[in-house]
Amino acid sequence: MAELVLEDVSKAYGPIEVLRHIDLHITTGELVVFVGPSGCGKSTLLRMIAGLERISGGTFEIDGVRMNDVPPAKRGIAMVFQSYALYPHMTVRDNMAFGMKIAKRPKAEIDEAVENAARMLQLEPYLNRLPKALSGGQRQRVAIGRAIVRDPKVFLFDEPLSNLDAALRVATRIEIAQLKERMAGSTMIYVTHDQVEAMTLATRIVVLNGGGIEQVGAPLDLYERPANTFVAQFIGSPAMNLFKGQTIACGEQTVVELETGGTVTLPIRSLEADKGMGVSLGVRPEDLTPSDDAGFITGEVEIVEGLGETTLLHLKNGAESGPTIAKLPGIHRIGRGQSLHLSAGPEKLHLFDPNGVSFLHRA
Amino acid sequence: MSDNIVGEKAGLMWAVQISVVALVILWLIPTVGLLVSSFRDRDQISASGWWSAPFPVEETFRARASGDPVQENGVFVIAGSVFADPENTARFPDGQGEVAAFGTRGIEPGAYPAGEVVEIDDGETLVVNSDGTFRFTSVEEPGGRGQRIYFEALTPPEFTLGNYRTVLTADNMDRAFINTLTVAIPSTVIPILIAAFAAYALAWMQFPGRGLLIAAVVGLLVVPLQLALVPLLNLHNQIGIGQSFLGIWLAHTGFGMPLAVYLLRNYMVGLPRDIIESAKVDGATDFEVFVKIVLPLSFPALASFAIFQFLWTWNDLLVAKVFLPSNSEAQVMTVKIADDLLGSRGGDWGILATAAFVSISVPLAVFFLLQRYLVRGLLAGSVK
Repeated sequence: MAELVLEDVSKAYGPIEVLRHIDLHITTGELVVFVGPSGCGKSTLLRMIAGLERISGGTFEIDGVRMNDVPPAKRGIAMVFQSYALYPHMTVRDNMAFGMKIAKRPKAEIDEAVENAARMLQLEPYLNRLPKALSGGQRQRVAIGRAIVRDPKVFLFDEPLSNLDAALRVATRIEIAQLKERMAGSTMIYVTHDQVEAMTLATRIVVLNGGGIEQVGAPLDLYERPANTFVAQFIGSPAMNLFKGQTIACGEQTVVELETGGTVTLPIRSLEADKGMGVSLGVRPEDLTPSDDAGFITGEVEIVEGLGETTLLHLKNGAESGPTIAKLPGIHRIGRGQSLHLSAGPEKLHLFDPNGVSFLHRA
Repeated sequence: MSDNIVGEKAGLMWAVQISVVALVILWLIPTVGLLVSSFRDRDQISASGWWSAPFPVEETFRARASGDPVQENGVFVIAGSVFADPENTARFPDGQGEVAAFGTRGIEPGAYPAGEVVEIDDGETLVVNSDGTFRFTSVEEPGGRGQRIYFEALTPPEFTLGNYRTVLTADNMDRAFINTLTVAIPSTVIPILIAAFAAYALAWMQFPGRGLLIAAVVGLLVVPLQLALVPLLNLHNQIGIGQSFLGIWLAHTGFGMPLAVYLLRNYMVGLPRDIIESAKVDGATDFEVFVKIVLPLSFPALASFAIFQFLWTWNDLLVAKVFLPSNSEAQVMTVKIADDLLGSRGGDWGILATAAFVSISVPLAVFFLLQRYLVRGLLAGSVK
């Protein structure tokens, strides 16, 4: 059982504030993923939870106990590092047993815990090897095993897959997902910049940007109802297309006139006061389909990226925000320079106010 | 083409190899010379260089044309063999040898080739044949102790353990050897023990004034130890340590500490942060991190400093002269060689070479024993 509560947590290095106003409530059994661009403070936040960085302001509690000044060892956490951080002079067995040996637990108990973890991670044949005699994936499994042996309240993963090659990353990601299923009662926090990892592993995703939380929610929630333009463009690949426009009618439905011409009616509620507001209209590349009539975007095909399962089209349509990208399923033999009409279902459209906040999330 | 691929031989590889060979030769020549000389007879050392040790040496001997003169045709004749002369029987036990040249005066021991009949003044002649037989004739009856004969003869190469016997048993040298060990071993171990703790703290523990402490250590690196000799000895005398082994241990510890802290701290700070943080998360205290993680991983740095410090304390003369009593019971080898051997046996090259070789043999052994710990790659497999 582990419940983590962060209240108004902040972190400053001297005058430089790297994290501010972090409020987060993590309940038992969750796998929460911190995601964000590099420099957003996600690793710092994890290290503050681990106790490796001091918390400059606010409070952090595990199971109702204030943890701000508790050393890492006493917080009941285990951490898996990006670089594995195995002890190079110890065998796999000693690496995994290290924490329990430090805690002076009886030898039989240590052996049992190590054997269990090794069985779970298929590390049994390697128990007497040194880390240098293991492959990258095996080393990462040892690092995970070392965390399991400690039987912590909270598992912390700091970009555990970023040093692995693509194939191994997929395999290890699935292993972590399976591990989470088997240890349903454990709470995990996972830091990554890879949105595929975030989407597939998380029960909830925390999107961080510039030292603050942009949105917290279930993966598909973030995909379907991003709170702002940052989350909208960060989740999903390629990023969501944004078009500038102006509201010309408000109410249960909102009518937007686009800068590039044409009007779009959205089933999104807006207030009468919003009329005439400069807004951004968002549409995901995969929601765009070619249409025979004018649709709402017309553009000239600049680049065609045929991936087989999908085809990415980069269209020039005079918008300031650069080319519009459309992701069409299957193979499309479209030549460069060809003009194309694209449309999207009105229920697939997103609307953001001038501050980038989604109309769905406005207070 | 594969010219610049990492791991392939680069264009200047031959230059590197030649430099290495040159350095090795440069280092080996005096060492091998010392080793060879230490096994040679002192007369052979003065007659030829160590590189001709395996070959016969032309040495100068002297004999006397002594014995009962025989009258032949009105002249007195003394005949015999120079090798049978009591002065030379030790070197030519079977009375055989080969004379290359001979002479009648000490400053020209090889003035005439063997077999030539030489007129010495006032009607005396001398001939020494190559087999060593001589014939001395004189018009008057020879008196006194007989004519001096100098000759040069080839002597077979002679190797002996006598020098070692002399050095190791005579003159308290064995005592000096033990004394040097007594100085060098604690003077190596104590600073490493203290410096390792200090280095860990300076590398991985947060406390106010850490930066200043590191700067102070770097500053102390450049303080010449001569500066501290007299005040330190004064202090030792005042607090009752005086001139003693304890005193020299403390002195060497103090003088070695800045370098030790500096070297070890720089090595430890380069250890991956993740490993240390991982150990902290695993519940290890700073002391446990130090003992179980940092110390084993710092072995290469510890070994290299141990070699440095041992060599320096082993070879040290100055600190030993100042901090140890001057009686022969407490003399270390360097003092012994410098004071006793160079003074009383300055001309005895065999003894000097042997003493020198004995004193470098231990550092050599230490180096070859520890050099296998100076390996890189100790961190393999830990990160990345």
